Amino acid sequence: MHNDSKSEQLAWLIRRHGVEMTHLSGGSHIGAILSVADIVAVLYADILNVDCNNPEMEDRDRFILSKGHAGASIYAALAETGFFPVEELKTHYQNGSRLSGHVSHHLPGVDFSTGSLGHGLSAGARMTYAAKKDHEKYKVYVVLGDGECDEGSVWEAALFANQYRLSNLTAIVDHNMMQSLDFCEKTIELGDFAGKWSSFGWNVLEINGNDHDELRKAFATKFDNGKPTVIIADTVKGCGIPFMENDILWHYRFPHDGWEYDQAVTLLHKIKPEGVADPYTPDGIANPTPVPEGADIYNDHTTTATWHPAWMQEG
Amino acid sequence: MRDTFVRTLIGLAKENPNIEVITGDLGFGVLKPYFEQLPNQFTNAGIAEQNMTSVAAGMALQGKIVFTYSIGNFPTLRCLEQIRNDCAYHKANVKIVCVGGGFVYGSLGMSHQATEDIAIMRALPDVAVFCPGDLTEAEKITKAIVDYPGTCYLRLGRGGEKRIHEKIEDFQVGRAIRVKDGEKVAIFSTGAIFEEVEIACEKLKESGINPTVYTFPTVKPLDEETILKCASSHDLIVTCEEHNVVGGFGGAVAEVMAENPARAKLMRIGMNDQYCVKVGNQKYLRNEYGMSGEKIAERILERIK
Repeated sequence: MHNDSKSEQLAWLIRRHGVEMTHLSGGSHIGAILSVADIVAVLYADILNVDCNNPEMEDRDRFILSKGHAGASIYAALAETGFFPVEELKTHYQNGSRLSGHVSHHLPGVDFSTGSLGHGLSAGARMTYAAKKDHEKYKVYVVLGDGECDEGSVWEAALFANQYRLSNLTAIVDHNMMQSLDFCEKTIELGDFAGKWSSFGWNVLEINGNDHDELRKAFATKFDNGKPTVIIADTVKGCGIPFMENDILWHYRFPHDGWEYDQAVTLLHKIKPEGVADPYTPDGIANPTPVPEGADIYNDHTTTATWHPAWMQEG
Repeated sequence: MRDTFVRTLIGLAKENPNIEVITGDLGFGVLKPYFEQLPNQFTNAGIAEQNMTSVAAGMALQGKIVFTYSIGNFPTLRCLEQIRNDCAYHKANVKIVCVGGGFVYGSLGMSHQATEDIAIMRALPDVAVFCPGDLTEAEKITKAIVDYPGTCYLRLGRGGEKRIHEKIEDFQVGRAIRVKDGEKVAIFSTGAIFEEVEIACEKLKESGINPTVYTFPTVKPLDEETILKCASSHDLIVTCEEHNVVGGFGGAVAEVMAENPARAKLMRIGMNDQYCVKVGNQKYLRNEYGMSGEKIAERILERIK
């Protein structure tokens, strides 16, 4: 583990910005921002051919965050790689800002607006198809959610991408095992997820999506069969802040003033890589508010915790 | 408003075991009281609105009254043909519920602004369209659509909309509700923008204008009688909606007025055929796009001066 690598530093900054942005704005989806942070960081630090001084560069790689609700992760990555001032991140959600909750293309470095799930892979496939027809060499990367794969349109895009042998298309599924109300397997079973992609004609890689070396290795893997590739990146929703991990509450809740914010920042500081500065609380928080007794922490907030239909018990 | 809807629906569903709710993987916290009390009348269809809607149609054709639930454009535009072919055409008893008409999800961005849904749902034969303007209307409409046959669209606000009508005597589907009588100007509003109309009326009062005000909780079937009555007794009809002016509530009123020329002219207030690119909360966006109480009053004064 290269804990001080550029991508590790960027991933940490994405997490730190994500906490600050949702804290200031009362915005949702910190759990998803934290799960996808490593994927986004490796892409921006090591993989994507993009240029902050020339965001419209013709042969740039295209990137789509199809799970647009994790938009803060992209804004943080773009700001930290020079596409716009880091200071602007604080305007997230605010009146008159450019930074809407879901990714907007009215911003340098963003090719495609998202926010309604199940659109990104189709758009990415069409971009790849256009490039193939024009003999362009750029690559297209689309990050999807696993819950998003409930949408039928994802599988329509998967069929299309195989049919037209879109080998320059890479889908990365941020497979954090949770969706909006519950774990995926308790909502709509994905079952043999890798097998599904494989049977749709895709090259499939299964990795730990919070591990940068595994991510880099996956992105570097070449297949010579002319097919598109999916990286099923197993991640942890809320990754990096233990009390947010695998708790659906943090799909919605933002770190409030007091123990939630203080503990989130303090826990992030425990995993801060060398050589990176916290832009908000450089030395951490001196006397963080402790978790009070009776706090709603480490509780099960999933639907199936309290939804018990008769048919489920009957089997 | 969404909590009023859920509370009302729980009461109804306890009385009627044929009522079902299917969510497109949304309603965290909001639907909890429903599925805890009525676990056998609840389904999560996942993030798959097209399937959700056709499943609802299938269940409805087997005798259920099925509420599909999601936010913004997801229960409507994301599954439009399923609504048209599978629900409406079969006169299936599906009640499509959208939480977040207009700018409710302000800062979340364009994907979450429902600003064309009234027009699109209104254009479908055999779909009744309801946009409650306050908590009282929301409760009345929720009860009414359970009994109203066929496919209905219920467009809700989200949180703290006020209770503006103390009570509504004799609520009927397809009837506008008179809020107050005035002269010269009649304001017709649909949906949660009603709270801005209230503010506009206060502003207009300061300028000596006393408008007639009606809310239209039903956009389809439309209360043509009230429109024609007001059009012959006022100089100006103003429609207000948190929605595109093209084809929506204002468009519906325009159709009636164009075919029945009378004294009044028409002014439609809403989004002027554009998407919401700006970022901000609901109040901010209403003001930016010209439909805050202040802006509504300004535009009316400008027009009648």
